[in-house]
Amino acid sequence: MSETTAGPRILGRRVNVNKLLVEGRALVALAIIIVAFSAMSPNFLQPDNLILMTRHVAMNAILAMGMLVVILNGGIDLSVGSAVGVSGVIAGYLLQGAQLPFTDLVAYPSVWVVILAALAVGALVGWVNGLVIARLNVAPFIATLGTLYIARGIALLITNGETFTNLRGEESLGNTGFLTALASDPLGIPMPVWLMVVFAIVFSLILNRTAFGRWLYATGGNERAAELSGVPVRRVKVLIYVMSGFCAGTVGLLLTADLPAATPRGGELYELNAIAAVVIGGAALSGGRGTVRGTLIGAFVIGFLVDGLVLVGVSVFWQQVIKGAVIVLAVAIDQIQQLLQKRRDLKRAAASNPPAGPAPTPGSTGADAALAGTR
Amino acid sequence: MTPPTSRTDRDEAVTVRAGESATTPPADDVVLRAVDISKTYGVTRALKGVNFEVRRGKVTVLFGENGAGKSTLMKILSGVEQPTSGHLELDGEVVELSSTTQAVDRGISIIHQELNLCPNLNVRDNIFMGRELRSRGQVDFARENEITRELMARLEEDISPTTLVADLRLGQQQIVEIARALATNARILIMDEPTSALSAHEVVVLFKIIRELKARDVAIVYISHHLEEAIEIADYAVVFRDGSLVATADAADIDLPWVVANMVGRAAEYDFTDEPREHGEVALSVSNLRVPDPDASGRLAVDGVSLQVRAGEIVCLYGLMGAGRTELLEALAGRQPIASGRVLLGGRDLRGMSVAERIAAGIGLVPEDRQRDGLVQLMSVGSNLSLSSLLAMVKRWFVARGKERASVQAMMTEVRVKAAGPAAPITSLSGGNQQKVVIGKMLLTRPKVLLLDEPTRGIDVGAKGEIFSLLHREARKGLAVLYATSEIGEALSASHRLVVMSKGRFVREFDPATTTREEVLAASGEPAPEVLHSGAPQ
Repeated sequence: MSETTAGPRILGRRVNVNKLLVEGRALVALAIIIVAFSAMSPNFLQPDNLILMTRHVAMNAILAMGMLVVILNGGIDLSVGSAVGVSGVIAGYLLQGAQLPFTDLVAYPSVWVVILAALAVGALVGWVNGLVIARLNVAPFIATLGTLYIARGIALLITNGETFTNLRGEESLGNTGFLTALASDPLGIPMPVWLMVVFAIVFSLILNRTAFGRWLYATGGNERAAELSGVPVRRVKVLIYVMSGFCAGTVGLLLTADLPAATPRGGELYELNAIAAVVIGGAALSGGRGTVRGTLIGAFVIGFLVDGLVLVGVSVFWQQVIKGAVIVLAVAIDQIQQLLQKRRDLKRAAASNPPAGPAPTPGSTGADAALAGTR
Repeated sequence: MTPPTSRTDRDEAVTVRAGESATTPPADDVVLRAVDISKTYGVTRALKGVNFEVRRGKVTVLFGENGAGKSTLMKILSGVEQPTSGHLELDGEVVELSSTTQAVDRGISIIHQELNLCPNLNVRDNIFMGRELRSRGQVDFARENEITRELMARLEEDISPTTLVADLRLGQQQIVEIARALATNARILIMDEPTSALSAHEVVVLFKIIRELKARDVAIVYISHHLEEAIEIADYAVVFRDGSLVATADAADIDLPWVVANMVGRAAEYDFTDEPREHGEVALSVSNLRVPDPDASGRLAVDGVSLQVRAGEIVCLYGLMGAGRTELLEALAGRQPIASGRVLLGGRDLRGMSVAERIAAGIGLVPEDRQRDGLVQLMSVGSNLSLSSLLAMVKRWFVARGKERASVQAMMTEVRVKAAGPAAPITSLSGGNQQKVVIGKMLLTRPKVLLLDEPTRGIDVGAKGEIFSLLHREARKGLAVLYATSEIGEALSASHRLVVMSKGRFVREFDPATTTREEVLAASGEPAPEVLHSGAPQ
């Protein structure tokens, strides 16, 4: 029996050794980072520092989960950083008071309306991406590169390049509570971490348990086959960019509450960290392969690495070099692993024995059973 | 059914061959000899001490089911793989072929079963890939074009050297693959399933070229699942079973039953017919359908076709490459837009419905290219099977695992997929079993009409039989089946009714019970105008 057919028989999930190795590799990287930095700095493993670092990880992890669904489809979303910026700015703008057009009135929407509006703006950016990609057949790289500039430009236009700093609201206007809602620490755990956990659970369920999740893996694996199988590939495509945009909207809110300020430059280059987390987590940029668990580990690898380097006092310039090297190394190992897997597949294909049972013995070939069926 | 030189074990085969020395050509005719070749992958023994000879100016045909060891031996002969034990002798000298380049340098070329072309390059650049003709530091495109044109003329294909391979149909791509091997001027040419996508006419041309090559003393090794075709071209026949060479014979002494008997180890009939019975209501009704050619704008791939398929009926679409069979089936499945005409599924108009909506309405397609259009290679057998029917298994947001497992298991039993289990990777299955998964996926959607495009392409005899008996079983339960094939034997033996297409039109309709191969073949080559149905000529 070949190694890939072994393992737990969980229907619909390719639980195999290779997959575990791919994730294991990220886990090993994480373990090395933790061991190395805790040896270099006694503060690294302090609970306070862990919580702080996890808080930093959380925003990237949420973005990365949105990025994961896009990458599973074989796409890419470069616009998430700008979507973070524009949704944060929208939140700040509404909290400051929105000037209603053609009137002298200023509206102060309640905090929940502000939050919903910011999330909607993030999702809207994604929806535009999805439409352009699925309906106009523009390559995801190009389409989202366009929205990267457009969304950033809109954020700058709204604020005129300024930063909104008054996010507390006023009792009399009934729009207080934004910071309490998003920058608080329920049970000592920061809000972003709570949200990361919620997103992880929801995304896991979506990817593993829903028909949509299966469709997503199928379209990423072989879009033509998925389409002929009756999978609504275009709808899936639009929806994943909306999901990614929604994640960006959430991060936009968290970032704004964290600073606390709504800056039009918020979220710049966040898309690259998100992509790095997904890729370190074992997802294939060609689509069809990747997990929420792996992506979370990837986000932790990047976050802990950066914070650890800061903690032990490595220069900012070296931080960049090391981060880049880790990303490339992770993917290189992934490629080597895939090469080995392919070699195994090839050998199996060349042997092309029916994998259903032990090596066929003369007189009991598959053909006997096959021909029996024709009678 | 008494084969002239049937043997059941290798040692005997060797002995008898030695004893036949009177009819065996002189030993110096052997250009390539494989001596006691074994190949082991882990615990699997793909080849067990095979002795095999390739003779100058002759066609040696290899028969055997998938997994019998033919392709492994060809990979060893062409330098793709190295034997675990044993050696190769070229012109009597022991050689080691550790790469395909070495093999090509020594004059051994292979036409692979899978197409190895770059779709983004044109025909010329594919033919000369890695062996570009150079003059003064630049590629000599003019000369390359000229040679390509000559090759295409020899192959009687009207393909320009600068056409993109992506724009060619599968059959034409196979022609390019053949042309590439011809361009190397090999002394030994290995053809692994060269005709799987070729039309009858293209096969005739290929055979003509094989005879020309023989006249020029080129040794040819030929593998095909089209048994009759292979027998026709053979000088020597060699049969493999379970990694051993079980029989050799002069082509003059063999016939189809002998080949099949040796392949499967006992006599077997190559027949899928079943007793006549009454068919039900009209399940699919197509009237005056026109489908634009996706490759050439302004042309019609299907030109005014009308057809009815009843519940329980199996209808075969026979025709040459480019006859419009694939386009017709894809249009019915919703994959291609139609220009005009009506498609009714049990009285319901399918106009404007997507592939997904059509599957829900009860009509689905098993596509021609299993790897490209049929399977998601990254997913398991179970996930591939349930892909089309997931929505029916959703309970409160989630796919009900128990329900999915039950349906998948039931379908694996029904279509008789041989796999380690639903979690086995789809790529671990043989071609025949993969095809059963694709069919099973459609059957899980409980279709009323099942469309199949070349359902037995690249599948061994045993699996072919299984697939047709599966279709017959489903038809007996009321499924209407419409399948396209270019294999005449399958067209006649597996259908209740046979429709011949040519140049986008229906030319003749036959009752397979009362017609002959010759009649059908003649009809498929007919120009067009003798239209049976109401397809109005313009």
